[in-house]
Amino acid sequence: MEYKFKVPCSKSKLGEIREFLQRVLSENSIPEVTVNTLVLAVDEVCANLIIHSHNCNPNDQLELKVRVNGKSEITFDIIDHGDGFNIGNYQEPSISDIVKQKRKGGIGLMLVRRIMDEIELIKGEKKNVYRLHKKI
Amino acid sequence: MVEIKNSLDNDIFTIYVIGEVDASSSIHLDESISEATSKYKKIMVNCEQLEYISSAGLGVFMSYINDLEESGINLVIYGLSDKVKHVFQILGLDQLLKITESEAEAKGIVNGV
Repeated sequence: MEYKFKVPCSKSKLGEIREFLQRVLSENSIPEVTVNTLVLAVDEVCANLIIHSHNCNPNDQLELKVRVNGKSEITFDIIDHGDGFNIGNYQEPSISDIVKQKRKGGIGLMLVRRIMDEIELIKGEKKNVYRLHKKI
Repeated sequence: MVEIKNSLDNDIFTIYVIGEVDASSSIHLDESISEATSKYKKIMVNCEQLEYISSAGLGVFMSYINDLEESGINLVIYGLSDKVKHVFQILGLDQLLKITESEAEAKGIVNGV
């Protein structure tokens, strides 16, 4: 089964993205704590793209596709048109450095990596697909 | 959307975080902790009605860890649901922050009991 959702690149739309994901995942009887972490991972990627790749420009759009394969596998595609952030090459900071530097950001993608089994960027000519894969 | 409420009981300042803290709303949590830490040494953060937190919210708590230590401020987070507590645990932040189950335990910790 495949589910699709499209939103403008605005931080205020993150709530709608989460509601969409909640609905899809709950429909597939996935436990609540797992649903929340999967929603979190997708929220983090979307927030990063909205803020850093699209400067919160509501004329740009993000497209989400969720594929549920049976009860054991889920793939999330987050699709945008832009420069494409190579999510796989991202250098992870250490938690102690973030605490020392009193930084408020920088742990979003760490969470995504801990939660998902596979993360990749599929870069096309015009569009980027950020693919997150999870075995349940 | 997040709603922040406050109360003061003797010298204990409580921040109630209600709703969802994400990249669009974490600024409100930040402002309220910033204000509280500038005035009070005993701070409790009631998360009984916190439905969701993303890295933006975790980052707010992390950014105060050093200040709390340096200024001798006791800040205790309590009342997290299982799903929200799990988010703190993914990166081990539950080990860097004071987190308890109940209001009574939180009170004991801010009072240094």
